[in-house]
Amino acid sequence: MWFLASVFFQRESAMSQPSTLKSMTIGESGLAALFAVTAFLCVIASAKALDTAFAFHAGLSAAASLAAAFCIINRYFDRPAALPPAEINGRPNYNMGPIKFSSFMAMFWGVAGFLVGLIIASQLAWPWLNFDLPWTSFGRLRPLHTSAVIFAFGGNVLIASSFYVVQKSCRARLAGDLAPWFVVVGYNFFILVAGTGYLLGVTQSKEYAEPEWYADLWLTIVWVVYLLVFLATIIKRKEPHIFVANWFYLAFIVTIAVLHLGNNPALPVSVLGSKSYVAWGGIQDAMFQWWYGHNAVGFFLTAGFLAIMYYFIPKRAERPIYSYRLSIIHFWALIFLYIWAGPHHLHYTALPDWTQTLGMTFSVMLWMPSWGGMINGLMTLSGAWDKLRTDPVLRMLVVSVAFYGMSTFEGPMMSIKVVNSLSHYTDWTIGHVHSGALGWVGFVSFGALYCMVPWAWNRKGLYSLKLVNWHFWIATLGIVLYISAMWVSGILQGLMWRAYTSLGFLEYSFIETVEAMHPFYIIRAAGGALFLIGSLIMAYNLWMTVRVGEAEVQMPVALQPAE
Amino acid sequence: MKAILTVHNLASELVTTIWTPAFVAIFLAIIAYAFWPRNKAVFDEAARLPLREE
Repeated sequence: MWFLASVFFQRESAMSQPSTLKSMTIGESGLAALFAVTAFLCVIASAKALDTAFAFHAGLSAAASLAAAFCIINRYFDRPAALPPAEINGRPNYNMGPIKFSSFMAMFWGVAGFLVGLIIASQLAWPWLNFDLPWTSFGRLRPLHTSAVIFAFGGNVLIASSFYVVQKSCRARLAGDLAPWFVVVGYNFFILVAGTGYLLGVTQSKEYAEPEWYADLWLTIVWVVYLLVFLATIIKRKEPHIFVANWFYLAFIVTIAVLHLGNNPALPVSVLGSKSYVAWGGIQDAMFQWWYGHNAVGFFLTAGFLAIMYYFIPKRAERPIYSYRLSIIHFWALIFLYIWAGPHHLHYTALPDWTQTLGMTFSVMLWMPSWGGMINGLMTLSGAWDKLRTDPVLRMLVVSVAFYGMSTFEGPMMSIKVVNSLSHYTDWTIGHVHSGALGWVGFVSFGALYCMVPWAWNRKGLYSLKLVNWHFWIATLGIVLYISAMWVSGILQGLMWRAYTSLGFLEYSFIETVEAMHPFYIIRAAGGALFLIGSLIMAYNLWMTVRVGEAEVQMPVALQPAE
Repeated sequence: MKAILTVHNLASELVTTIWTPAFVAIFLAIIAYAFWPRNKAVFDEAARLPLREE
C-alpha cells in the first residue's frame, strides 16, 4: 500500500518550498469534518439497518469516510505550506496524481471484469459452474461483469484520460486541490458499493442501472464534482480554442448526469434499507430505461471514447486531425441524433408504433455521423500509415476505430424492425455489443492507457512493445472467436424460434434451441479467455513500465517504408 | 381549468411545432460555422493542437 501511495504522490512530495504560515484550506477542513460526521451517521445507519446488505454498505461507508478524513488530515501534515502552483517557470504544472490513480484502477477493474465475463460465459456453457450458490449465480454475476467492464474499467479510463487531455489541451493545471481526488476515489467507492451489492442480491433490476438508491445518490454527488472540475479547468485555459476532445468529454459528462437523474428516481422503502421502488411504471419505465440504456452506449461508450480517439490518435501518429471541420459536424450530428435512438430496444412491445419507428429512423440516420467520425479517425493516419507496422499501440488505436465503424454499421441495421424481429433476444445482440465493447471501447482504452501510463509517470516509453504486440494479436483473435460464434449462434437461434412445420406448429421446443447453442458458447468462452490473457500481459507490461521504465534498447529504424 | 388547459395546449403545441425547425436551424448554423472561410485558420491550428505540447 505504501509503495502505491509513493507512486501516486512522488511528484507532489518532491516539491518542497520554503514554509510560510501553514493552515488548512476551507476544502480540507470542511471535507474532513464532513467525512467525520458522515462516518458517525453511517455507523448509526449500520446499527439500525433493516437488512444485512444495507448494514454492510453502511459499515463500508463509515470505514471509507473515516479513512477519507484521516487521509485529508495526513496529507495536510505532509504537504508544504503553499499548495502546488498552477505554473512553474511559465509552464503549466500538470496534476498527474489522480490520473495515475484512475489508470491503475482501470487496469485492475479491467482484469477483474474480463475474468467475471469469462466465468459467466463458462456458466452458460457448463451450468454447474453456478455452484448452486446465490452469490455465484449467473443472475448476480452478470451485472457484476457489465458494470465492472463498462463503468469500472471504461469509467476509470474516461476519467483518467479526460483529466489528462483537458489539462494538456488547455495548458492549465487541473482545477481544485482535493476535488480531483474526491472524483477518482469517490467514483471507485461507488463501484465497490455497486459491485458488492450485486453479489449480495441488491439491485433495482434496471439493466446497466442496477445500483440501489443510496449508491445512485453518492454517484450523483461525485459526478457533479467531476463536471465542476472539468468545467473549471476549461474556464481557466491558456489555449483560446476549446479542443474538440473536450467537447466530447463534456457531452459525455453532462449527458450521463441527465440520464442518471432521469432513469433513477426512486422511493426507498425505508432510509435504513436497501430496497426502493422506481418512480416510473409500465411502458414509461421501459421507455425511460432504454432512453437511458442506449444513451449510455451513445454518450458513455461512444462520445467519451471518441474524445480519446481525437486526442490520442493524432498524438501517437504525430499527424494533425484529418479534418477539424468534420470533427465539429461529427460532434453536433452525434449529439442531435443519438438521444432519440432508445426506442429501438423496444420493437414489437407495448411501446406505440410511431415511437418504435422514430427510434429506428434516428438509429439509421446515426450511420452518417458514426462513419464520418470513423473516416476522420482513420484518415488522420494519412502520411503515417507505415507506423502501423512498427507501433503496435497505434495499431491498437486504429483497429479500435475500424471496429467502431463495423459495430456502428451493424447497430443501425439491427435497429430496422424487420431485422430486429430476427435478431432481438438472440445472441446476435450479444455479439454486436461485444464487437463494440471489446473491439472499439476495449482497444481504444488499451491504446490510451499504453500512451498515458508512460507519459503520466514520466517514463521514456513502455517496458516492452513486443508484449503490446502479443496483447494485440491474442486479444484480436479472442474478439474474432467471440463475435463470429455469437453471430452464428444468434442467427441460428432466431431462425429456430421462427421455424414452423407444414402443419403450422413450432418446429423446435425452446430447450432444443438452447442445446444448439452449446458449441458456440464454448467457442465464445475461449474467445473471452484469450481477451483476458491479453489484458494480463498488458497489466504486467504497464506495471513494469512504472517500476522499471523502458526495457528494450530501441533500435534505430532500419526499414524504410516501401515507396 | 379549461383556460389553463388551453394555454397549456397552446404552449405545448407551439413547442412541439417549433423545436424541429429550431434544431434544424441550429444545426445549419453549426455547419455554416464549420465551413466559414475565415474560421479555416483557427481550425487548421486546432487540428495540430495535440502535437504542439511541451
